[in-house]
Amino acid sequence: MLDAPVLIAVSLLYLGLLFAVAWWGDKRADQGRSLIANPTIYALSMAVYCTTWTFYGSVGRAAVSGIGFLPVYLGPTLVMALGWFVLLKMIRIVKANRITSIADFISSRYGKSHLLGGLVTIIAVVGIIPYIALQLKAVSSTVSLLLSYPEIVMPNRSPTMPVVADISFYIALILAAFTIVFGTRHLDATERHEGMVAAIALESGVKLVAFVAVGLFVTYGLYDGFGDIFEHVALQPELRSLTTAIPSGEGYTDWVALIVLSAMAVLFLPRQFQVAVVENVNEAHLKRAAWLFPLYLLLINVFVLPIALGGLLHFAGQGVDADTFVLTLPMSQQQEGLVLLVFIGGLSAATGMVIVETIALSTMVCNDLVMPLLLRHRHLEDSRDLSGLLLGIRRGAIVVILLLGYLYFRLAGEAYALVAIGLISFSAVAQFAPAMIGGMYWRGGTRGGALAGLSAGFLVWGYTLLLPSFARSGWLPDGFLTQGLFGMELLRPQQLFGLTGLNDISHCLFWSFVANIGAYVGVSLLRPPMVAEATQATVFVDALKETGPVGAVLWRGRAKVSDLQELVGRFLGPARAQSAFAAYARRHGGDGAVLDAADARLVQFAESLLAGAIGSASARVMVASVAKEEPLNIDEVMHILDEASQLRTYSRELERKSRELTAATLELQEANQQLQELDRVKDDIMSSVTHELRTPLTSIRAFSELLRDDPKMHLDDRVRFLGLIVSEAERLTRLINQTLDLAKIESGRADWNGCELDLKEVIEQSVAATSELFREKGAHVELDLPDNLPLILADRDRLIQVMLNLLSNAAKFLTPDEARVRVMLRRLADGLEVSVADNGPGIRTEDHDLIFEKFRQVGDTMTAKPAGTGLGLPISRRIVEHFGGRLWVESVPGEGATFRFTLPFAQRQVPVVAEAAGS
Amino acid sequence: MHRRILAGDRLIAAFLLGCLLFNYPLLAIFDRSTEVFGMPLIFAYVFFAWSVVIAVMAWAIEGRFR
Amino acid sequence: MSKKILIADDEQNIVISIEFLLRREGFEVLVAGDGEAALAKVRAERPDLVLLDVMMPRMNGFDVCQALRADPDLGATRILMLTAKGRDTEVSKGLGLGADGYMTKPFSTKELLAEVRKLLER
Repeated sequence: MLDAPVLIAVSLLYLGLLFAVAWWGDKRADQGRSLIANPTIYALSMAVYCTTWTFYGSVGRAAVSGIGFLPVYLGPTLVMALGWFVLLKMIRIVKANRITSIADFISSRYGKSHLLGGLVTIIAVVGIIPYIALQLKAVSSTVSLLLSYPEIVMPNRSPTMPVVADISFYIALILAAFTIVFGTRHLDATERHEGMVAAIALESGVKLVAFVAVGLFVTYGLYDGFGDIFEHVALQPELRSLTTAIPSGEGYTDWVALIVLSAMAVLFLPRQFQVAVVENVNEAHLKRAAWLFPLYLLLINVFVLPIALGGLLHFAGQGVDADTFVLTLPMSQQQEGLVLLVFIGGLSAATGMVIVETIALSTMVCNDLVMPLLLRHRHLEDSRDLSGLLLGIRRGAIVVILLLGYLYFRLAGEAYALVAIGLISFSAVAQFAPAMIGGMYWRGGTRGGALAGLSAGFLVWGYTLLLPSFARSGWLPDGFLTQGLFGMELLRPQQLFGLTGLNDISHCLFWSFVANIGAYVGVSLLRPPMVAEATQATVFVDALKETGPVGAVLWRGRAKVSDLQELVGRFLGPARAQSAFAAYARRHGGDGAVLDAADARLVQFAESLLAGAIGSASARVMVASVAKEEPLNIDEVMHILDEASQLRTYSRELERKSRELTAATLELQEANQQLQELDRVKDDIMSSVTHELRTPLTSIRAFSELLRDDPKMHLDDRVRFLGLIVSEAERLTRLINQTLDLAKIESGRADWNGCELDLKEVIEQSVAATSELFREKGAHVELDLPDNLPLILADRDRLIQVMLNLLSNAAKFLTPDEARVRVMLRRLADGLEVSVADNGPGIRTEDHDLIFEKFRQVGDTMTAKPAGTGLGLPISRRIVEHFGGRLWVESVPGEGATFRFTLPFAQRQVPVVAEAAGS
Repeated sequence: MHRRILAGDRLIAAFLLGCLLFNYPLLAIFDRSTEVFGMPLIFAYVFFAWSVVIAVMAWAIEGRFR
Repeated sequence: MSKKILIADDEQNIVISIEFLLRREGFEVLVAGDGEAALAKVRAERPDLVLLDVMMPRMNGFDVCQALRADPDLGATRILMLTAKGRDTEVSKGLGLGADGYMTKPFSTKELLAEVRKLLER
């Protein structure tokens, strides 16, 4: 069933699905409802790191070197731990400067240099094209393997096979078409491709599922778990070395070198830079991706060693290439569905890598190689709209890159150069590290330094790694490997200057970095940075500081808005330029449109728009052609930068101060309000208190004067008046005491002696104390006080004060005939309730709240008033509330009033019960 | 603000932990022909250490901050 | 003919003392315990002078004063406000409403008598 038509149909269906997903993703992006605005999708898109070199190649490497395949995945794990810092900074820089590729990044950092951008592009293309070839090879070998199914025949390519009969040629063409459709649909100032990212994330999911499926099949289907495989291996001495140790010949130095190398590759491979930095929609996604991506790497590697060992055991002596185990193991068991899944997984790994890498490279080739050359030709400036030309260049670049990959694959075939190319590519892009990292953290790096470092590193890489691989493939005489260049032994490429004991990768990494970093730092230190370099250094190094665009500060000159818009329109298309400028005007509300004079910020904006389309170096050249820039010398630039940073410090200081001032003002306002409020309350209270004091004083004074002025006053009157004077004096004393008491309670300075009380006993004592009062009135006091109620927590004297107040109130308002007072104690769910009910005149509903206010007596019987101070109920309510209860009144006028209060059980009540139950 | 600084410090700690665990000399301690759970020691160790580093990173980023 | 004086105050002891004082001086004394009662008594009995407390239940002294002054039949009735609130604003408010005099509690009996006589002689 696995014949050619089926394979073709399945492949085309799968690619069609990817098309659909990518189309959907682009559509959603256009609608502003991004499909990829999701940290998981972001992490999956990063997994484009895992190509066929992982999918098929890891098993191959494991079959030779045991766990030696792992450092390539440990390095990225470590980088992601630092991704929070490094990747975040790269993302900020890229977004702020509309950088579209790694070449643009480096060129922009070192003063927007065409030369530097071109060099980076060449290194990337030279380093990556063989890697693309590897993907084509993987797809074509798996296809030919499958075509011989159910036999397992190692593909043996004939170099003379005509191109038209070669399936991998068509694969390359299909991939080119796919890449063109989704990579260059339109020129975007940010160079983002949401649809493509969605498709890549899907592919990452598919390859993980496929690989894990094979792993489970081999480990638990073919064998009986991990232990079983390793037991079998233990019986085969020649395989044991794969499981016991880091293989001989690859010491710990090589292990560490691979970790370092892969750590740099995951940052600087063009495809990684594309998905992790350029395509990042939201820097917050970095957080989850920081651990999800390493987790993905771990999962896809768990079964590598079991598959490798299983394959070695299963195909012992049959000459089956370990690189094909992932496919051939299920083939050997006629698991057709699984075989197809693996094929699709491998196709995913290959296409994902090829698409992203090609888009990234084509952007570089267009912006950093072709555009600078084209811009030298004056006639270009005559044509109105260059956006079509730009798209054409990119599409052409995509086709050329893929065809170069195919060409390399045709030439290299089964040669060594292809097998080792993964790490050779890693080593090539690692050369970007000094210029990239240095550029982000060191202000002193210069264009000259970067050029020197990159060139030196690239040359050493070529000499120590690329040329030897050519020689091993037989394309070069291998004499220079053993005897050295020109017969000089010191120049043997793999033991340069006599260095031995390292494998070829570690060896290259060491010497290329010595040359690269040495030249970068050394040349940079030869002279101070120039204006453009110093400007860009500030933009890059300070990217994480919260500042406005520095570039705008450093531009001085004259430009017309219309010129700028026309210029941008020539590369982006007039319509897009129009809308971009309109959006800018809306954001900044400038009057530039009227005056047609662009300020520095608008010039900067136009340049960044162009940078997205043609690269920052070309953008600077083009803007300079329409804007009359007045050159600044280095002193001026440094001065402005110093000023800007000083200004920044000042303004930060000022902001802080003004925030503090605002806060202080608010606090003051609040305090003032509180004071005013307090003042008003104090005024009210003072006025009430003086009123309440003056009233008894008036009586006392009047009676005293009457007695004094009339010595012959009747004895009865005399006795009566003296009695009234005494009672008014008592009233005064009570008033003063209660006022002080209330003030103490309200200010929180009252003494509370909380203890557990039997409420019943407190009530009985209070009733006894007031019994005389009721007897005078001829009132009957009914008590309904159950025994054995739980204790409550309160101050005994205070509680008696409350009870006395309620009881004397009741006595005060009793109806003389058949007066009745009923005192009840009831148990509630969480406390006790006391009620004191009288059968007096009652209280109007609207007064129920009023009576608890200070000095608000509502009694309107003349007889009752002098006894009260108007403070008893407010104080009682505060006492009850202090102990967590509530005091209120229920009354219907004419039917008496009932005052009720509650108090919660003592806190320990419940725990005591719980302890008892528990023990 | 403190949250961010703390998460950042934890990630740096995860990085340093990884550098330690994936490296000589710790690696050499586990590089011998012994088996745990039927697996070669070095294989089990590397995957265990790797999981630990990833877990620490996940905790640093997703964890609750107190 | 003795002059008729109404004491309007809700403080029983104050009423007792003033009543005793005024009777001793030969005045005819009426008593009201709240604002409404005071207004009714004035209309019914036509006293020559009303001693009017400000803080009374049902209707305060100011309102009573206003009501009395609004009644043209009662133009001859003198009004002496008695209040425990001694603020200047209250004094002027009372006088503004048409009271003829104003005394702050506590007062001396002599001053009260002097004020009462002064008002009744007008």
